[in-house]
Amino acid sequence: MSEPIHRALGLTDDEAEEIESILGREPNHLELAMYSVMWSEHCSYKSSRLHLGRLPTEGERVLVGPGENAGVLDVGDDIAAAIRIESHNHPSAIEPAQGAATGVGGILRDIFTMGARPIALMDPLRFGPLDDARSRWIAEGVVDGISGYGNAVGVPTVGGEVVFDETYADNPLVNVLCLGVLPTDRLVLGQASGVGNLAVLLGSRTGRDGIGGVSVLASAGFSSDEEDSAKRPSVQVGDPFEEKRLIEACLALLDAGLVVGIQDLGGAGLTCATSETASRGGVGMDVDVTAVPLREADLEPFETMTSESQERMLAIVEPGDLAAVLEICDRWEILATVVGRVTDGASLRILDGFDGEVLADVPASSLHDAAPLYDRPMVAPADLDRRRADSPASIPCPDPAADLVELVHDTSWVWSQYDHQLFLNTVVGPGGDATLLRLKHPVDGVDTGRGLALSTDGNHRWCALDPRAGTSMLVAESMMNLACVGAYPIALVNCLNFGNPEHPEVMWQLSESIDGMAEACHALGIPVVGGNVSLYNESRGSDIDPTPVVGLLGLVGRLEAVPPGLDWNEGDRIVLLGPVSRQLGGSAWAASRGHLGGELPPLDLELHSRVAELVRGLVADQLVSAVHDVSGGGLGAALAEMSIASGVGCSVARVDDHAALFSEAPSRVVAAVDAEGLAAVEHRAEASGVPLARLGLATGTTIKVKGLVDVVLDDVEQAWRSRLPDALGAGTTQG
Amino acid sequence: MSARVGIVLFPGTNCELDVTEAIGSIGGESRILWHGDADLSGVDAIVIPGGFAHGDYLRPGAIARFSPVMTAVSEFAANGGPVIGICNGFQVLTESGLLPGALQKNAGLKFRCGMARIRVASTRSALTRSATVGDVLSIPINHFEGNYTCDDRTLALLRDEDRIAFSYVDNPNGSTGDIAGISNEAGNVVGLMPHPERACNPLLGSDDGRVLLTSLVGSARAAAV
Repeated sequence: MSEPIHRALGLTDDEAEEIESILGREPNHLELAMYSVMWSEHCSYKSSRLHLGRLPTEGERVLVGPGENAGVLDVGDDIAAAIRIESHNHPSAIEPAQGAATGVGGILRDIFTMGARPIALMDPLRFGPLDDARSRWIAEGVVDGISGYGNAVGVPTVGGEVVFDETYADNPLVNVLCLGVLPTDRLVLGQASGVGNLAVLLGSRTGRDGIGGVSVLASAGFSSDEEDSAKRPSVQVGDPFEEKRLIEACLALLDAGLVVGIQDLGGAGLTCATSETASRGGVGMDVDVTAVPLREADLEPFETMTSESQERMLAIVEPGDLAAVLEICDRWEILATVVGRVTDGASLRILDGFDGEVLADVPASSLHDAAPLYDRPMVAPADLDRRRADSPASIPCPDPAADLVELVHDTSWVWSQYDHQLFLNTVVGPGGDATLLRLKHPVDGVDTGRGLALSTDGNHRWCALDPRAGTSMLVAESMMNLACVGAYPIALVNCLNFGNPEHPEVMWQLSESIDGMAEACHALGIPVVGGNVSLYNESRGSDIDPTPVVGLLGLVGRLEAVPPGLDWNEGDRIVLLGPVSRQLGGSAWAASRGHLGGELPPLDLELHSRVAELVRGLVADQLVSAVHDVSGGGLGAALAEMSIASGVGCSVARVDDHAALFSEAPSRVVAAVDAEGLAAVEHRAEASGVPLARLGLATGTTIKVKGLVDVVLDDVEQAWRSRLPDALGAGTTQG
Repeated sequence: MSARVGIVLFPGTNCELDVTEAIGSIGGESRILWHGDADLSGVDAIVIPGGFAHGDYLRPGAIARFSPVMTAVSEFAANGGPVIGICNGFQVLTESGLLPGALQKNAGLKFRCGMARIRVASTRSALTRSATVGDVLSIPINHFEGNYTCDDRTLALLRDEDRIAFSYVDNPNGSTGDIAGISNEAGNVVGLMPHPERACNPLLGSDDGRVLLTSLVGSARAAAV
């Protein structure tokens, strides 16, 4: 049986014809291999690009928007912040520890390639259910991989999320966000310029790991266990020590002004780095494939050009600076080799020696941005109306206390394995509403007295019911999380994790989700500065629930005190800021009762902005002793988490029923304030036009919600603390 | 004149800037010492900070001990100069033979990052001379291989000679005798797993580390005189 070679490489017949018409001849095997990786879904965004254009991308702080290696924002004091989020879902499903580790390595390179020092990582993680041994194996491996790589590479992991749900049973989501800071004048772009300049490959030798990672792994679904195991060689292997030295060497090269452009080697390896830098710079490039340092001698040119071996960068250097570049690399024990030359024209040529045979000759821009764009068919899921009509309002709740205890769990099992303190920036670390970091100047370390805040948020329950409204709610929730540490949002990045785009229902979900994000970002004035689309998240023919994840970057104008956090004091008055709601659609409680239907509670973006602004002011002026966003698990979970954090229980009334206790309606925050301060908080809420309800008192050793809940705090705390360690300690099954 | 602290930088070290900032915050001066140079001139005390020197792929500290700077550090220590190893630095000091015992994988076999409470057990050391025995300090830990171990004879010696500088209040890693930090016989070489530089700013949750770094700078001044 002989399948045409382009199909084996993941190209369709139409795409193969398109390549032939670009070249005006039949492509050879090497050229076909290069197109196959660059035109993969992962690299070309061919299914999503038509839709992504609807997102707002401009703002006064935006220095670099989507399309570069990272978004870059002006954060004042001549400091810029670079931010990006990516997925490493498929590699992590096959080989959890290395898949997650190399995800961390890849996102770091995206940041320091912009000239920024990476200062923080965030990991939104989603796994199958805790009672499934294989899902536990994946979860443990992923956390191990992030811990092992992130800690050793010397960049703190300061937050994220961890969610366990059936929808991710065979297809975990491992998203990684990185934030870096740079002096604004050091900003560099991934482009080549200057005919005669040299392309210098920095870092690891090139091997057979990760060949076709973007096309074989990232741009296809999973089918059977046997086939999945066969994909393991497509997963790369990470070396954090190499990456650490690579970071230091690259930043030293940039500080010394020795590079005119620099680009990381990620998906599609050398093919991507050479074609993108040439295409962006409007120049051509000759690459001597025999100059590339190899791990094993007999790599074919197509393997060298598509390998995804980790910890490599491509720097464009003027010939006169080469000696200085080599000296800095030598100090950091980084291999540096001239592999290419910038040329006149627009061709990317792969050569067998600079004066040798031409092995491939293609227009660089045709690899970079000529992939066909697909306007794939879209249709709302057939069962959507039925699911939305199926309201959870009538499900009984015989024991709200027991349900409440089930809804809360401590995530410190995960993040206590991450160094989350390095660089002395972490004012609020993992486990709070949002992460808050001191903002110091990246070169001299001088404290600006201001702060950077980060939050990542996703919610597949909301987005399965209504991807448009659900995604708007995510943006809103992220903004409220930032407000809880006193920050206002300045930019958003997104990681769009969806199923198979060849399924019209999935394309509809993706399109709706992008519209929902655009609506919220327009209304709240938040530019989108970067994103990643991860499609084909499916197992055994079933698509995952749509899971857009947003990462929001915020600023704090004055960082003089630790924000109030979740812990209140005995005797504090507890108030709810924002509207009262009894709508349970999309809630964690309804899902825990096996009910996934209903309508999402409405989101009023104008009211939402006012609540966020009120909360931000209360935090900045230190008028409250505790504050917590109402999200998963509703008001009940917020009260329980605050009681656990403070070791002081609560006595609350005016919660009508279980629906009011568990509703996840947006724009709501629980705050605590001492008796003397209550009037000031009420006054501010009234002035802001934000509803405020007095709920009760922080007191005692029980969590009491009149008529609904009366449980001993210690018991709740014990259940909360032991859920993850107990489940994850129960053993795992590989593969 | 302020005493100057040299901070050793191996490839893979990552806490060098944090120690620099913390020393600066208590009015000390510092400079970075590259691992490939054996030149310690103008330095009155040395800190080997945390991180993963040379990647720690073999055993933490096992390769770092062969860096040229360590020969000079050993001489500096033998002449009574204050030398502090924090976390990976502690591992480097035990591998170099400047301190007894070894650091093995944590009980529980997980990396642990978080606040630890440690009790000052001796004020003989260069890092504790400004503290008080019995003081309980909140100082973060951040390690996979922080489980201190030594033979019974060494443990007895450490106790008899008052060389246990710190002990954990709640042992987080299985360390023998709850040991969080020790010194050499003279008290000028100290190793500890907790990170005092991470506890020098109330915004970060604790400033209990300041008393330790103040002791160090004081020791450096004494050495400089």
